[in-house]
Amino acid sequence: MVSRRIVLHFPTRLGDQPIVYKLAKDFNLQFNILKAFITPQEEGLMILELKGKSDDYNKGIEYLQGCGVQIQSLSQDVIRDESKCTHCGICVPICPTGALTVDAHTRKVSFHSNKCIACEACIKICPTRAMEVHF
Amino acid sequence: MKTIKEINEKIKNGQVVAVTADEVIDLVAKKGVKKAAQEVDVVTTGTFGPMCSSGAYFNIGHSKPRIKIGAGTCKFNDVPAYTGFAAADIYLGATALPDDDPRNKVYPGEFKYGGAHVIQELVAGKDVRLEAQAYGTDCYPRKKLETLINIKDLNEAVLFNIRNCYQNYNVAVNLSDRPIYTYMGMLKANLGNASYCSAGQLSPLLKDPDYRTIGIGTKIFLGGGIGYVAWQGTQHNPGVARKENGVPQAPAGTLAVIGDLKQMKPEWLVGVSMLGYGVSLGVGIGVPIPVLDEEVVKAAAVRDEEIYTQITDYSESYPQMIPGSLGEVNYAQLKTGKIVVRDKQVPVGSLSSYSRAREIAEELKSWIKKGDFLLTDPVAQIPNRESGYVFKALKERPF
Repeated sequence: MVSRRIVLHFPTRLGDQPIVYKLAKDFNLQFNILKAFITPQEEGLMILELKGKSDDYNKGIEYLQGCGVQIQSLSQDVIRDESKCTHCGICVPICPTGALTVDAHTRKVSFHSNKCIACEACIKICPTRAMEVHF
Repeated sequence: MKTIKEINEKIKNGQVVAVTADEVIDLVAKKGVKKAAQEVDVVTTGTFGPMCSSGAYFNIGHSKPRIKIGAGTCKFNDVPAYTGFAAADIYLGATALPDDDPRNKVYPGEFKYGGAHVIQELVAGKDVRLEAQAYGTDCYPRKKLETLINIKDLNEAVLFNIRNCYQNYNVAVNLSDRPIYTYMGMLKANLGNASYCSAGQLSPLLKDPDYRTIGIGTKIFLGGGIGYVAWQGTQHNPGVARKENGVPQAPAGTLAVIGDLKQMKPEWLVGVSMLGYGVSLGVGIGVPIPVLDEEVVKAAAVRDEEIYTQITDYSESYPQMIPGSLGEVNYAQLKTGKIVVRDKQVPVGSLSSYSRAREIAEELKSWIKKGDFLLTDPVAQIPNRESGYVFKALKERPF
């Protein structure tokens, strides 16, 4: 089994096709939509958690790429600018998934990008704006 | 009993024993107050957090022909500064915003850039745009000035913060049913989170609760350079309730501090943007406490567990000036990341950086050990709890 969080960029022409549905129907993949922006006549963006057998997963990804969907892994999308973070910790209770934690001894804040669902709650509440989102 | 003069001799000889305010806790626990007072000469404290009543004044030098910026207008990177002084003296406040910043018109406002960010850029050695307008006089005929400036070319660049270094601070929560955006950060509805802002057992005034060694003229670590305590800070309020150990249970003393901005560093003066609130300056301050006697070391060894503060509702109680606390917690409880308010477990975040505070205390300790930093006797005390000095609310007198 694999479970990955990925960012899908849909070109304009695919806006009217049930692509994500096929991931479940034809490739036996479980999907959880974490975020989606679809504006008519513009590129669409979706953040998915995709889970299934390794073989199915790879075939599903191949299918998406064949349709013209561009795929990025999610962990690259929310990043922390280490030079800006002052390790205050105000973000810690705001993060809904525990991706931001404070070490009990060093009192330094860690960002666990594997737990990040790119909800962006931390972006604007960070006093030094150390958290950045890139799609 | 030791004097500051004796401690300074040890600093010069390289024999001084300096420890940070968290290290002294373990030392006193291990060896007792008496032995610790004999062994330790200086305890270094530190704090790093947003401190809104901060700012800097500058003398930019006279242009040719001369311009009287005094009583005119002046902007640094579009952020307006105060000009009500002589021709070339200007004060830039940390919270100042460009005129075209939307503030909270688009709620919650982002407040991406303000006076604090200008100060940080100047300290980092970046060029800043200065635009000034004046009415023109016979001796100062020029009416307009637009130039890049750099901190190294200014005559004076002085950080002068009228209220920093709060001795203790509230824990902020939100009892209402909508999220609120405060200077203590975003507070989720229905006690969704809590935030505090103090370095607790490392915080300067919590380790000298009666201001015995910290007073006017005390030499300090300020923004990565050297500064001095100029006065008690605004809203200084030494008379609040205290525990038996003398530690205030609510916001109490404050300091006004001053120092040469040119020798400070951008890591320790950081522009911050509080969503829905405004801009502020993250300031790093460290104060050395000379161990004059056992009482000093005993007070400096107070632990997070022994420092209490009040949980305050920022949806109604704080804005409406309604007194009342939702309970009292200590800093050890806050640092676990969870407190209980009205039977609900509430996740806690800090606005003050303890790891940065510790770095400051370590840095100050290393300056003292290297013999680079001598201690000063205060030239005057700041008002203590016996002074009767109080922080009053405004009594409005409509006219």
